[in-house]
Amino acid sequence: MSSVTIRPSACPACDAAPAAEALAGRAAAPDARILVSVPAVHCAGCISTIERDLAKMEGVNSARLNLTLKRLSVDAKAGIAASDVIARLDRLGYEAHELDAGTLSMTETERQGRELLMMVGVSGFAMMNIMLLSVAVWSGAEGATRDLFHLISGLIAVPTVAFAGRPFFRNAWKALRAGRMDMDGPISFAILLTVFISTYETLQSGEHAYFEAVVMLIFFLLVGRYLEFRARAVARSAAQELAALEVPRATRLAEGAESVVSVADLAVGDIVLVRPGGRVPVDGVVTAGQSELDRALLTGETLPVFAGTGTLVSAGEVNLTGPLQVRVTAAGKDSSLHRMADLVANAESAKMRYTTIAERAAAAYAPTIPILSLGAFFVWFWISGGDLRLSLNIAVASLIITCPCALGLAVPAVVTASSGKLFRKGLLIKDGTALERLAEVDTVVFDKTGTLTMGTPAPTNLDEHRAEDLRVALGLAEGSGHPLAQALARALRDRGIRPANIMQLAEVPGYGVEGQWQGQRVRLGRADWVGAEAGVVTAAHLSVGDETSCFSFADQLRPGAEQVVRGLQAQGKEVWLISGDVPAVVRELAQRLGIAHWQAGALPEDKAAKIDALHAEGHKVLMVGDGLNDTAALSTAHVSISPASALDAARAASDMVLLSRDLSPVADAVRLSKTAMKRIRENLWQSGIYNIIFVPIALFGFATPLWAAFVMSVSSITVTLNALRLK
Amino acid sequence: MEVLALLIPASLFLGLLGLGAFLWSLRKGQYDDPEGDSQRILDPRYDDKPKPVEKDQRG
Repeated sequence: MSSVTIRPSACPACDAAPAAEALAGRAAAPDARILVSVPAVHCAGCISTIERDLAKMEGVNSARLNLTLKRLSVDAKAGIAASDVIARLDRLGYEAHELDAGTLSMTETERQGRELLMMVGVSGFAMMNIMLLSVAVWSGAEGATRDLFHLISGLIAVPTVAFAGRPFFRNAWKALRAGRMDMDGPISFAILLTVFISTYETLQSGEHAYFEAVVMLIFFLLVGRYLEFRARAVARSAAQELAALEVPRATRLAEGAESVVSVADLAVGDIVLVRPGGRVPVDGVVTAGQSELDRALLTGETLPVFAGTGTLVSAGEVNLTGPLQVRVTAAGKDSSLHRMADLVANAESAKMRYTTIAERAAAAYAPTIPILSLGAFFVWFWISGGDLRLSLNIAVASLIITCPCALGLAVPAVVTASSGKLFRKGLLIKDGTALERLAEVDTVVFDKTGTLTMGTPAPTNLDEHRAEDLRVALGLAEGSGHPLAQALARALRDRGIRPANIMQLAEVPGYGVEGQWQGQRVRLGRADWVGAEAGVVTAAHLSVGDETSCFSFADQLRPGAEQVVRGLQAQGKEVWLISGDVPAVVRELAQRLGIAHWQAGALPEDKAAKIDALHAEGHKVLMVGDGLNDTAALSTAHVSISPASALDAARAASDMVLLSRDLSPVADAVRLSKTAMKRIRENLWQSGIYNIIFVPIALFGFATPLWAAFVMSVSSITVTLNALRLK
Repeated sequence: MEVLALLIPASLFLGLLGLGAFLWSLRKGQYDDPEGDSQRILDPRYDDKPKPVEKDQRG
């Protein structure tokens, strides 16, 4: 199609290798286009705040916020990374997530969408103009006038069908060659036969021509296709590309020199350096350095673990405080990270392809259309004693009336309405069939860390401390990058406490921070190091001189966690909590939220196995999780949701992505999916009933083009209105 | 009935004009962000003309 302008790719060769462009895009392009998802934007104020602020940002050429897709696209000079934009938005008070600027695939979907919309426009234009002429014919135009009107209708309809009917012809041809029969086969057959017969009738000065019916059929079906496409495109552009495409690289130490290499090039025995804040790229043993590791994403443990010489580390853990040198014991394919990926791949291949209700309806319906009209043709051929023209006309009339105009709209209209509703609540549907599967769910499994909880600890006993200690604690905590210290500092600053002036502040990796205050040594860190008794709860200990005190921490609940559990239980769903964390913590949370079934200390394999076991008992499971240790469970479950803060692996494995921090849309989604399925079934019945009424009329030979036009528009409109009724 | 000779071409011409306008607006990217555009009219910065769509952001 010449009228569609295709955005020229930054590098023409990349058109053939999309992956290469995705990798090269960020590093090579002089001017980068950064895409971030900003789920909270909703009004004109948001647009002007964000766009004005980013326009002032150094290195930004222009910024545009798309409110429909809740997505910000920034045209920036080299050197500006998405993380800079995200930090800037964070200061403005907007939570943002990076979108992978897989621009090639996005322009491809945009191009397809525009092409479909153009076909809708062209067929709509043709339909209205033909209808204008048809009304005259129906009102009683006769003789030469009627023939002229039919002729003009045909002149409009034939090019329109050739242009706007292509999606159906293409699919039908594809299905035919593969030896399958889908809905597009009968549709294409009906379109072509009707155009052919109507043209013939027009040339023979016949009474009936079905041009308006054909074009109307194409128009309504295209509207359905476009809605379907939109639902899929929005999901694709936001969720799949939400990947923080982390190119796996590692810093290798060889003969005292550092070099950055791809993880694939590492060999067993190499020494890699892992800086504080970095992710461990391989499985290995610590050979030098002391630090603490955050294993939350791998195991679900909230508490960082101490790492010193000899500690075994796994790929995916985050190094927190001090630099570590790690000797590689397994890299690439053999690493625990990769084994996790294999687990996901196995789960996915074991999952059966889901047959949607639309597919089942189409499979039942598709063969009846040609069979009915063929039957009508032969019966009338026999009755009329060989009147080919009459029998053909009746066959065409029944063909066009049985054509599933409303059926094509029945499902997409509801899916569009409901996914739009969920999107506004902050839930993104990635997979077209997810809504349907969600409606069947009777058991919901939650992960703990990062899903029901924020995964960030908050101090619980600040009131028990002296004001002086709090000031010292803040002074010390500000000198550390440890999550507990940062959480403590944040909480204290929020209380308006001013930090004490600590001299000689130094972080001791793996232990804590120490310094001098009013001539005394002060320390904040591990119990044994500070000289305090270690307790059972998560805690940081403070010592001022010889006195020690203890700050205890608890993981914060995610907003909406209580509502979601209560909401799901109210809907009669069984709620499970399965976590890799220790039993005490899991039990405490389960009791707090009123979850009866819980399991602690679960390995990734255990989670997936538990879900399999639930499936075997006949349950349909919704899994909600965010960690790497959840990915296998997410892909095993009947349907799955992950928060936007989850690792990309977890998001990729799940069917829906929760964009908001609040967890409560999950319960709404389950409820809404049930209503949506009800509407879909109603719609399918409605379009079926129209056929039951009008097919006999067509078969007995009473159908006129007016009838066909009437049935088609009324059924399509009622189906659409029914979808809009969705609350 | 002679009037038809004038009216039919006229109606077709007007229809084509509408179709042309639709295709033009489609290629200008006017359907890319309907919600945002409806909010942007409230912003005084766009009183004279709408925010230009960057070439890069067009399909």
